[in-house]
Amino acid sequence: MKQFRAFIKKEWFHIFRDRKTVFILFGMPVMQILIFGFALTNEVKNANIAVLDYSKDAKSTELIHQVDASKYFDVYTSLNRSSDIDRVFKTGKVKMVMVIPQEFTQSLEAKHKVAIQLIADASDPNLATTLVNYGTSIINDFQKQYFTEKIPLVVTPEIRMLYNPQLKGAFNFVPGVMAMVLMLVSTMMTSIAIVREKELGTMEVLLASPLRPLLIIISKTIPYLFLSLINITTILLLSVFVLDLPINGSVFLLVALSMLFAITCLSLGILISSSTNSQQVAMLISLMGLFLPTIMLSGFMFPIENMPLPMQFISNLVPAKWYFYIVKDVMIKGLGIGSIWKEVLVLFGMTMFFLVISIKKFKLRLS
Amino acid sequence: MSKLANNEREVVISATELTKQFGDFIATNAITFEVYKGEIFGFLGANGAGKTTAMKMLCGLSTPTRGSATVAGFDVSTESEKIKRNIGYMSQKFSLYEDLTVTENIRFYAGIYGLSIPAIKEKTAALLQQLNMESQKNVLVKALPLGWKQKLAFSIAIIHDPAVVFLDEPTGGVDPITRREFWEMIYAAANRGTTAFVTTHYMDEAEYCNRISIMVDGKIEALGTPADLKTEFNSETMDDVFLKLARNAKRIGD
Repeated sequence: MKQFRAFIKKEWFHIFRDRKTVFILFGMPVMQILIFGFALTNEVKNANIAVLDYSKDAKSTELIHQVDASKYFDVYTSLNRSSDIDRVFKTGKVKMVMVIPQEFTQSLEAKHKVAIQLIADASDPNLATTLVNYGTSIINDFQKQYFTEKIPLVVTPEIRMLYNPQLKGAFNFVPGVMAMVLMLVSTMMTSIAIVREKELGTMEVLLASPLRPLLIIISKTIPYLFLSLINITTILLLSVFVLDLPINGSVFLLVALSMLFAITCLSLGILISSSTNSQQVAMLISLMGLFLPTIMLSGFMFPIENMPLPMQFISNLVPAKWYFYIVKDVMIKGLGIGSIWKEVLVLFGMTMFFLVISIKKFKLRLS
Repeated sequence: MSKLANNEREVVISATELTKQFGDFIATNAITFEVYKGEIFGFLGANGAGKTTAMKMLCGLSTPTRGSATVAGFDVSTESEKIKRNIGYMSQKFSLYEDLTVTENIRFYAGIYGLSIPAIKEKTAALLQQLNMESQKNVLVKALPLGWKQKLAFSIAIIHDPAVVFLDEPTGGVDPITRREFWEMIYAAANRGTTAFVTTHYMDEAEYCNRISIMVDGKIEALGTPADLKTEFNSETMDDVFLKLARNAKRIGD
């Protein structure tokens, strides 16, 4: 126990005396959340649109006001001719043009039928679809407001977006950022910390000391496990209080399963450190071999359902994918352990697998 | 030194036919020797001769394929934990933590050897005084000159008063004056009864040892006091002795 305490104390010195380490450990989670939350967002807010209003009557003006008042659109400019549409798109200032035909009010009242044209810049197809959807729903609302009683029987689908009614990007990236940060802290930092001892030659001295090899590894990883817990807490606090993201499921379950994933990452870090003797190689393996797949194949950036089958299969080998599902299910859908036991089991199995291989490799090196 | 004198002295390291084989490659081939209490034993050999493998077995870091050895009375194959408690080890890289202060390094190593807190305090104070480093005690190790690091590393390796201290090329990259001072520290430790087991490439250092062994291709080809070996191989200097033996080596060093 005395040995253990001396060792942990030494690890803290290592961590807190290196400014870069401290920055990565504490600055990065906060920065990632803020960057993803406010800069790299694919939500549509105040998109600039242009309006080509041929009727310019009371109702059409009303409609334009409503579009402008919504938080999704700003009416950037009004056009006069259809030839302007092409020109205004080419300036790149507007993403959508709304065309209102002549005699808007009359047509509506007389025929109950008017076609409004929405022309969107589809160079970004996702954005274009989103804009058209928002535009359509505003027009529908407008129509209901004024013409409820006059509308004959029509079947209109009513779409509800479950769990994330406002289509907030945060629901997707907060679990992703948690996976990335844990991967970085637990896998990269741990593997580097262990390999550094090998590079400096201190590992030899430690192995020749009465410390048991297992105790050396445990003492090296415990501080990082603790830091992971701090990072998880920071990210959750930020997402609840800064990004207004609710935690719908059990906080305890979420934190406990995050710790499980942290341990999975630690065991990967130990595995990496047992395969190399150089800090640079350890960092490269962590970044290229783990960090990249985490971003690409966990479903956080790109939906797994859209990938070709071989990629879908490979994504199953990425631990972050399972964690990503767990966080989404617990945090956003509010599900309990009963619905995610399969993912938990997979993570647990992976952890055991990595640990067993690391221990085998470690023993092989010693004998 | 005569046979009779050897029998009277306490044996601290005893190796019998100690062998380590990796696949077809015999790194250490049936070496047999004894080292006595308070002795400074030089363990020489070209790179790749099998010194490091032999030393690892004696430190309990690696188990022998065949043969046996005891260190401080414990068997290397079965009692490596007890051996580790009774030896000190200093690697060629000096193995201090550069981002820890002098005092923190001392306390850390004292701590992992299980010294009690009062003992750690007492040892730290005594050590700083001996090394004349009291004014540097809160300086980060990376700011110390190489010679100081080396002396500090050695003092830390023997902080728990081990029966044997293993020194793996302890003087690499250090100037001759500091090397001289360093050997004085080894002598002082030997006088207090700590056996020193030293590997080195410097033949002038070999002269400082009480007895030396020279390994060639995994076997011990020569063993004795420096004076005896020079007579035996009809050489003026240890350099000549070493060259005569190592010239016949078939293995290429790494």
